[in-house]
Amino acid sequence: MSAVRDLLRGNARQYGMVMALLAIVVLFEILTGGLLLRPLNITNLIMQNSYVLILAIGMMLVIITGHIDLSVGSIVAFVGALSAVMLTSWGLPVWAVVPAALLAGALIGAWQGFWVAYVRIPSFIVTLAGMLIFRGATMVVLGGESVGPLPDSLRALGSGYVPDVVDAEVHVLTLLLGALSSAALVWSQWRGRVRSAGHGLPVSSRGLFWARAAATAVVVNAFACVLAVHNGIPVVGVLLVALIVVFSFVMNTTVAGRHVYAVGGNEKAAMLSGVKTRQTTFWVFVTMGALSALAGLVFMARLNAATPRAGTMFELDAIAAAFIGGASAAGGVGTVIGAVVGALVMGVMNNGMSLIGLGVDWQQGIKGLVLLAAVAFDIYNKNRVGPRRGGRDRSGAGGGGRLPAEEPPERAPTAAM
Amino acid sequence: MRDTILEMRAIGKEFPGVKALEDVSLRVGRGEVHALMGENGAGKSTLMKVLSGVYPHGSYSGEILVDGAPAAFRGVRDSEAAGIAIIHQELALVPQLSIAENIFLGNERARRGVVDWGRTFGQARGLLERVGLDQDPSVPVSDLGVGQQQLVEIAKALSKDVRLLILDEPTSALNETDSANLLDLLRELRGQGITAILISHKLGEITRVADTVTVLRDGRTIETLDTASGEVTEDRIIRGMVGRDMDHRYPERESRPGRVLFEVVDWTVDHPSQLDRRVVDGASLSVRGGEIVGLAGLMGAGRTEFAMSVFGRSYGRYVSGSLRKGGRPVRIRDVSEAIAHGIAYVPEDRKELGLLLDDDILRNITLAGLDRVSRNGVIDPAREAVRADDARRRMRVKSRDVFQAAGQLSGGNQQKVVLGKWMFTEPDLLILDEPTRGIDVGAKYEIYLIIQSLARQGKGVLLISSELPELIGMCDRVYTMNDGRITGEVPRDRADQETLMRLMTTARAGAR
Repeated sequence: MSAVRDLLRGNARQYGMVMALLAIVVLFEILTGGLLLRPLNITNLIMQNSYVLILAIGMMLVIITGHIDLSVGSIVAFVGALSAVMLTSWGLPVWAVVPAALLAGALIGAWQGFWVAYVRIPSFIVTLAGMLIFRGATMVVLGGESVGPLPDSLRALGSGYVPDVVDAEVHVLTLLLGALSSAALVWSQWRGRVRSAGHGLPVSSRGLFWARAAATAVVVNAFACVLAVHNGIPVVGVLLVALIVVFSFVMNTTVAGRHVYAVGGNEKAAMLSGVKTRQTTFWVFVTMGALSALAGLVFMARLNAATPRAGTMFELDAIAAAFIGGASAAGGVGTVIGAVVGALVMGVMNNGMSLIGLGVDWQQGIKGLVLLAAVAFDIYNKNRVGPRRGGRDRSGAGGGGRLPAEEPPERAPTAAM
Repeated sequence: MRDTILEMRAIGKEFPGVKALEDVSLRVGRGEVHALMGENGAGKSTLMKVLSGVYPHGSYSGEILVDGAPAAFRGVRDSEAAGIAIIHQELALVPQLSIAENIFLGNERARRGVVDWGRTFGQARGLLERVGLDQDPSVPVSDLGVGQQQLVEIAKALSKDVRLLILDEPTSALNETDSANLLDLLRELRGQGITAILISHKLGEITRVADTVTVLRDGRTIETLDTASGEVTEDRIIRGMVGRDMDHRYPERESRPGRVLFEVVDWTVDHPSQLDRRVVDGASLSVRGGEIVGLAGLMGAGRTEFAMSVFGRSYGRYVSGSLRKGGRPVRIRDVSEAIAHGIAYVPEDRKELGLLLDDDILRNITLAGLDRVSRNGVIDPAREAVRADDARRRMRVKSRDVFQAAGQLSGGNQQKVVLGKWMFTEPDLLILDEPTRGIDVGAKYEIYLIIQSLARQGKGVLLISSELPELIGMCDRVYTMNDGRITGEVPRDRADQETLMRLMTTARAGAR
């Protein structure tokens, strides 16, 4: 039993988030009389929230670095507009437009990253400027009108399904993929466990491991079954899974990911440890730009048109998702999975509240309260567990005017950097 | 005998784990300049914080008498009401506001909350005249140099009808002209009946301006000397300041220095933002393999700035100077190049510069040496955990495992984590900046053992410390630094506290 307690203590925040998501799902499943978890609705949920999920992953990186990006909604619109014009007016093929769009997004990210990382203008200001610049640019490109319709091959990105291998009542490929990916998940966990044990590291008990593996397999396969009953896996679903896997891997187990956490956790210490802090920040913004472009393509494809108002308020949804998912405003804390769970919490609430016929006015207010409650809970937890973080008060609240009441005598002045 | 304006009797002050003041008595006569001297950590600043009410009545033991009557200050406002004002080393001005606004900040010339600008500027002008600052009161403080800002601080104190002015190392950030002006001003204010307590490390200015000198050491008053009687000499003050007990034992060690490993030649650095301030001026030193070399200096001497600048130019603006490793010149322009050339720097301020407090021990230990546990930029988590745990054990970090957050550890254990992080990069030269500051005696001894084992492995160690016994007990050679310059080099057998302190306080002594 102590093993379970250890596990929970170590990952209280992570489990807390998943539990909250489950609670919200159960709540709306009951309130909507079972509508929420219908196969059709689940597919809808994925498609409706795909672009916010993509943005939330990037936003999590930006927030971990200790910055913010307010321009993503405008970039979504701008890149969408640009691609629509390339596809319809210029008649370029989809295979050329998609990479061009991603490159445009990356360049916009590089532009903003340059001002933030090298000129050291606060990201809030740089991206606020970007929000206005690219919204304006969108209107210029579109001439104030919607551009569409789009080629079918691009529309598949937003609303298409992965085609099946055989013609059957259920989507066989989906079931197959579900089984395969659950097997892969369990296998990779098993390999990590064997490796750790090989190095003499403590591992969780065998029973606990298999219990978790079984739970993973059940959840993944159940999910696959639900999708298979409907039309199978949406194309964008595959894209999302790939993004989640890749970004989780980068953030958890690569040097680059570790540097991102270090820059956000303590920039000076990171610099003195040989981390190229400015480069790291710059590349995070480039990544965010490219992901915004991807979200722009997906959104445009789903709408089957590029519109001047596309992506409005997306930045706030992405930021809210990251904070609900456990990011810290001070930087240095957060996970990709957290961002995904945070975005799903928002998405399920949106969807559920719409299903029970709650007006948009109420929806906004309730989402705001949930965001506030999630972060308040987080801060309450942090202050309760363990000693306070000594010396460093990066919350920004009331730090300035405090008298140095009980600090050790005669500290040498910190060298100005 | 002048009559006494201030008397502090048997003041004691404890912080968790440290006795900052044990038994300090201080008598200040009316209308004198009273110098307070002592090494870093002797308790000068703590004593002044007790006096000014920063540490309120009840948080210390002993008695304070102002004009013969007991005083119980509960905060800075109380002490100001009694005519006592303190000017801290780091100035407390708001740069964006004008001189006049700063002078009357918190004490506005106002009627029912509406500022009377006529009175504000008129009175500010008068105060600026008194301190000899020829500036319009409407000029923003950010346009002033540090020396002028200090005068604004003094004007601010005067605006509160100060009778006793405390200055904490007022000249440490000033150039020579500004310093001379400030000392002249103190003498002038003395003529106007204002008493001053001057904390300083500079013997020259003390002997020039002070009427009385009180020397503190290890939280006790050692002696009070009167300049008029001719008993204040630099030697006498130095003798009072040092002579700290060799109370920590230092592990025995057989030293076998090898060949010269690392040389710094003519290193010169300017302050990062103040244009005319040279922080390190032509400093040269060398470290041999297997040698522990000390770098002594009082606060503001430029030791940390020197070390950080050498470590990949991580401080200030590099002006000139070269580095040689094993006799060959090397170019090091940023920290990652410094690490690649086998240099490690353990900073003085662990929490601000050394650690990611939210992250666990593992991530802290491997951060500077991730290339050792990764391939093509992908970290091998199991190998990382094993290597980090190995480092944790070798450094004897007391923790459950490597997954505990660094912020939850004690000071000594945090320092071991930082040491472990730099051991992990397998450096040739280790620069340790005050590695035992704020650490309990037991952990200190363990850190000494770690330092010595590094030297035994043939690594060079540059040990920066404010504790002279530590330098004498640990080092093969000690360099002294003052005002950005290397002022001396003393081998172990000739290193004693008085010799070092003399070199640390003289402006430009011939070496040895």
